[in-house]
Amino acid sequence: MSDLDSVEELYQQVILDHNRTPRNFRKLEDADRSAEGHNPLCGDHLWVFVRMEGNRIGDITFYGAGCAISKASASMMTEAVKGKSRQEAEELFERFRRLVMGGDGGSLGKLAAFSGVSEFPVRVKCATLAWHTLRSALEGKEETVSTE
Amino acid sequence: MRSAGDLIGISTRKRAEHGFDVERIRRDFPILHQSVFGKPLVYLDNAATTHKPRIVIETVSRFYERDNSNIHRGLHQLSERSTKAYEGARVKVQKFINAAEPREIIFVRGTTEAINLVARTYGRKQVDAGDEVLITEMEHHSNIVPWQMLCEEKNAILRVGPINDRGELLLEEFEKLMGPRTKLVAVVHLSNALGTINPVRRIVEMAHSRGIPVLIDGAQAVAHLTVDVRALGCDFYAFSGHKIYGPTGIGVLYGKAELLEEMPPYQGGGDMISSVTFEKTIYNKLPHKFEAGTPNIADAIGLGAAIGYLTGVGLDAVSAYESELLAHATETIGAIEGIRLIGTARKKASVLSFLIDGIHPHDIGTILDKEGIAIRAGHHCTQPLMKRFGVPATARATVSFYNTREEIDALAAGIRKVKKVFA
Repeated sequence: MSDLDSVEELYQQVILDHNRTPRNFRKLEDADRSAEGHNPLCGDHLWVFVRMEGNRIGDITFYGAGCAISKASASMMTEAVKGKSRQEAEELFERFRRLVMGGDGGSLGKLAAFSGVSEFPVRVKCATLAWHTLRSALEGKEETVSTE
Repeated sequence: MRSAGDLIGISTRKRAEHGFDVERIRRDFPILHQSVFGKPLVYLDNAATTHKPRIVIETVSRFYERDNSNIHRGLHQLSERSTKAYEGARVKVQKFINAAEPREIIFVRGTTEAINLVARTYGRKQVDAGDEVLITEMEHHSNIVPWQMLCEEKNAILRVGPINDRGELLLEEFEKLMGPRTKLVAVVHLSNALGTINPVRRIVEMAHSRGIPVLIDGAQAVAHLTVDVRALGCDFYAFSGHKIYGPTGIGVLYGKAELLEEMPPYQGGGDMISSVTFEKTIYNKLPHKFEAGTPNIADAIGLGAAIGYLTGVGLDAVSAYESELLAHATETIGAIEGIRLIGTARKKASVLSFLIDGIHPHDIGTILDKEGIAIRAGHHCTQPLMKRFGVPATARATVSFYNTREEIDALAAGIRKVKKVFA
């Protein structure tokens, strides 16, 4: 793979699209849990808001600032996990992480666009930041929505 | 003694048109001659660390091959040689920054340790509850956090001088913040994130007229500007070896002898004592009082070699050439559509911090890396400054005298490629 190819592989059209117009990019007013994700090394900073319906993710949004990879990953994550149970979301995260680490993530649908990240080890953190934040939101029952 | 020209192999007969033979200089830096991802390396991350000329690498390895020994106590020949070389390096540093005496030069690990040393000794002794330490908005975390820690411990107050949108210190505002409770002014000489050169001499005058001592963070400045601590009049000056073409893990704290004499020691241990009993320890004289334990002998000697090299090239020639490069970079990169420069002070050196409309600095850094171009993307350990400019991060190219105009042009081409990927 030539180097320009690996750059194009990383910044696939779908990723650039979600970076330009992120989906579910807002604070969720009736969220019942949220968490803040921060990558102090590079400054990516985002919040994930979740409203549960029973055991399922009824609605999910995110807000913040970051690089194209972190933003697109957050945007596509919100689409991928909406309606999923906590366990399903966890399982998807595991497979997504395997993919960006260069392993086999199985069938990931649109999220497969992030396979190029594995060529850029320092960017793995960018790709997984939203997922870590989601996990923390799902776990941290004491977390309340900040109006900040 | 060999002349500067001999030392670095510059000959006046073969110089490039701009009067500075950069190709000759580049030959002295082995690391520059490599490819990254199949492209010639373009290293523009010099504010993070600089590369080492062959003379530094050879000096360090020669020390280990021939002279390695502990210093100041051995009676044998190798120890004598090591001590002589180590103390010789101290004299080189002293002359380089024009300190009055070698004992005013304390070897430390780097700028960070130098500032912490002053905070933990001078600061702890002089700063009481309600007192103030004054810094600026453009400080590196290493010139913020040690003072915050001190202020927290002492219930003192950290005051911060504001800057304008160009990234220049508002001198009048800064002076107003110097009050009867101000115990120290700590200010950066050359901003790592903006490139701003602060009017440190003027700041020292302002502070001294009120009896306030001044510490200058010279981490970036020493590699790009001529520094004369006596002309500046500053009380403390801190810098790192690795940002001035020397090894990592060695740095310098300059302090006026009368202040250093009054300060309690930083760390206790060997070398910093003149006698020890279980009842009482008598501390050693300067500079050894502040150099507990076996110091970083080899890298101090390596730093001496780096200073010798840089002095051989000549700081005036370095400054002039780097100014040309920075002007070329500012013009070329600044002209690209969608570029915003962060830090446009009238007095600047080395640093070009920039943003591309709609593209995060990390994405810029990743794509440039694949073009063989090394820049820094991030907050540059100046988070409060990033907040001041309302940005989470910037992309930053920093030039050294071993960079070329062609490398700046390669950066401009790389930036166009970044824009193309994101188009």
